[in-house]
Amino acid sequence: MLAFILSRLLQAIPVMLTVSLISFAMFAYVGDPVTIMLGQDYTEAQREALVRELGLDQPFFVQFVEFLENVLRGDFGLSYRLGRPVADLILERLPATLELALTAALLALLVGVPMGVYTGLYRDSWLSRLFLTVSLIGVSLPTFLIGILLILVFAVILGWLPSFGRGETVAIGWWTTGLLTWSGIKALILPAVTLGLYQMTLIMRLVRSEMLEVLRTDYIKFARARGLPDRIVHFGHALKNTLVPVITITGLQLGAIIAFAIVTETVFQWPGMGLLFIQAVANADIPIMAAYLILVALLFVVINLIVDLLYYAVDPRLRSGLAATSGR
Amino acid sequence: MRALAPLRRLARAVESDLWWSFTRSPTVVISALVAVAMIGSAAFAPWVAPHNPFDLATLNLLDAFTPPLWLEGGDPRFPLGTDDQGRDVLSTILYGARISLFVGFCSVLFAMTLGVTIGLVAGYAGGAVDAVLMRIADIKLTFPAILIALLVDGIVRAILPRELHDRIAIWVLIFAIGISNWVPFARTVRGSTMVEKNKEYVMAARVIGLSPARIMWSHVLPNVMGPVLVIATLQLGFAILAEATLSFLGVGVPPTQPSLGTLIRIGNDFLFSGEWWITIFPGAALVVMVLSVNLLGDWLRDALNPKLR
Repeated sequence: MLAFILSRLLQAIPVMLTVSLISFAMFAYVGDPVTIMLGQDYTEAQREALVRELGLDQPFFVQFVEFLENVLRGDFGLSYRLGRPVADLILERLPATLELALTAALLALLVGVPMGVYTGLYRDSWLSRLFLTVSLIGVSLPTFLIGILLILVFAVILGWLPSFGRGETVAIGWWTTGLLTWSGIKALILPAVTLGLYQMTLIMRLVRSEMLEVLRTDYIKFARARGLPDRIVHFGHALKNTLVPVITITGLQLGAIIAFAIVTETVFQWPGMGLLFIQAVANADIPIMAAYLILVALLFVVINLIVDLLYYAVDPRLRSGLAATSGR
Repeated sequence: MRALAPLRRLARAVESDLWWSFTRSPTVVISALVAVAMIGSAAFAPWVAPHNPFDLATLNLLDAFTPPLWLEGGDPRFPLGTDDQGRDVLSTILYGARISLFVGFCSVLFAMTLGVTIGLVAGYAGGAVDAVLMRIADIKLTFPAILIALLVDGIVRAILPRELHDRIAIWVLIFAIGISNWVPFARTVRGSTMVEKNKEYVMAARVIGLSPARIMWSHVLPNVMGPVLVIATLQLGFAILAEATLSFLGVGVPPTQPSLGTLIRIGNDFLFSGEWWITIFPGAALVVMVLSVNLLGDWLRDALNPKLR
C-alpha cells in the first residue's frame, strides 16, 4: 500500500517538472518583464542593474532552479496587470472555485448515479427514454449556453435566483464561504447546476451501460435464483460492481469541472480562479497564467492519486496483490 | 496494387451495409439533411443571407432591436429580428456559422494530420520513440482540451503584437484547438499500426527495400484510416463547441469576424433588457449544428464497427 502510494508520487514528479518547465519557459521567453517594470524612461545602466537584480543574466537552468525554489515557497511573482502578488490573488479566489466545483461534482454524482441505475434497470420505460433524450441534448449543449438559458429562465423571466456574483460570504480565517448565508446558497444554485449538468449526463450514461452489462452476468442470475430481494441484487451486487469505472470517470471529470469552471465563472461573473485566469489570458498576464497552470497540474495529480486510492477501497482484487499485474 | 484492395472493399461497403443502415434510421437521415443544409447555407452565406451584416452602408441604427417577425413590432425584412447595431440576426447567424464551421473543419484537419503522423511513427517505430510519444500523449490527456487551447491562445497573444494577432487570430484559434485534440487520433492509429506492421504486405514492402516513410505513408496509412474518419466526425462537433466556447470567453476570433460564439457573447449583454433573440437564435443554431454532427458521428461509429451492434 505504502509502496503503491510512493510509486504514484514518484510518477507525478516528472509531470510536475514538465509543467513547471513550460510555465518557466513562458516567463523566460514571453514578454519582457524588465521593460514592463521600468516603464517609459530608463537608462541602459538602470536596465542592466534591474536585469542583474532579477537574475535574468544567469544561465537558463540556474534561473529555472531559482524559479522552482520560489514556487515551492509559494512565490509566483507579481501580476503584470494588477501589480499584486499572484499567490495572494489566487488564494483569494480559490475558495469560490473550489466550492463551486465540489458542489457541481456532488450534484452530478447524487443525481447522475440514481438516474443511471433507473435507466439501467427499466431500460424501456418512458421515463428512461426521457432521461436519455435529455442527456443527449445535455451533451450537445455547450456549458455557456446552459448558463445563459438558466439565467434567462430563473433570473430574468421568473426572477427567483440571482444571475451573478457569490451573494454574501462569511470569512473563516482566509477562507471565504458562501455556504453559510442564504443569499450565498441562492447564488450558488445556478452556476453549480450549469457546471454539473454535463458531468451528470456523462455519469448517468456510464452507470446505465455498466448496469446493463453487470445485470447480464451469472452472479446476478445466481443472486436472483437464491431468492434475494431486488433491492439487494440491484444495489448490493449490481451497483457495487459498476463503481470502479464510475470512480475513474468522476475523478477525471473533476479536472474537467475545474477547467470548465472558467466558462461558468465568466457567464455568472463568479469571482473565482477561472475568471482570474481568463482575464489573464485576455491581457497576456503571464505570471497568473503560469501559476494557474502549475496549480491545476498539482490539483490533477492529487485527484489522480485519490482516485487510485479509491480503487483500493472499492475493488478487493487490487488489495490481494493483483495490482502489479492488472496492467495499470 | 495490393494497397488499393482495402479501398475497393470500403467502396463496396459504402454501397451495401453503410447505405442500408443509413436509410434505416430516420434520426440519422434527418440529422444528415440538417447538417448538409446548415453547412450549405453557411458556405454560401453571401448568396443565401438576406442581408450583408458587414456592409455598413446598408445598416440603419433605427432598425436596431427589432423583434422577430411573429412578435409585435416585427419587420418582414428581418425574420429573426435585429441586434443592437440593426444587423439582421438571420444573416449574422449564417455568416457566423460559416466561420464556426471553417474553424471546426480546419482544426480537425490539423489535429488529424498531427495525430495520424504521431500515431504512425509511434506504432511503426515502437521502442523508445513510442514510449516518449505516448507519454506525451498521456500528459496531454491529463489536461482538459479547452484549458490547453486557452493556454496556447494566451501564449500566442503574449508573443505577437496586437494588430498582427487580430489579423491571424483565426489561424491561432485553429492551431490552439487542433493541438488540444490530436491524442485520440494518435492513440487509435498507433494501435492499428502495431497490428498492421506485422502483416505480410508490410514485410513484403520491407523486403523489396522500401523506406520506412514510404511504407508508413502508402501501405500502412490506407489500412488504418477507417476509424480515423469516425473520430474526425466525432471531433468536429467538439471542435465547433470549443471554438464557440473560446469566442464566448472573448479570446477566440476577433469581433470583426463574429462566429456563433461571439454572437452569443454579444447577445448575452442584452438578455436582461428583454432582447433575448439576439443571443438565443445563434445559440439554437449552434446546438442544432453540433447535435446533428454528433448524431452522424455516433451512427458512423456504430455502423462501421459491427462489434458494437
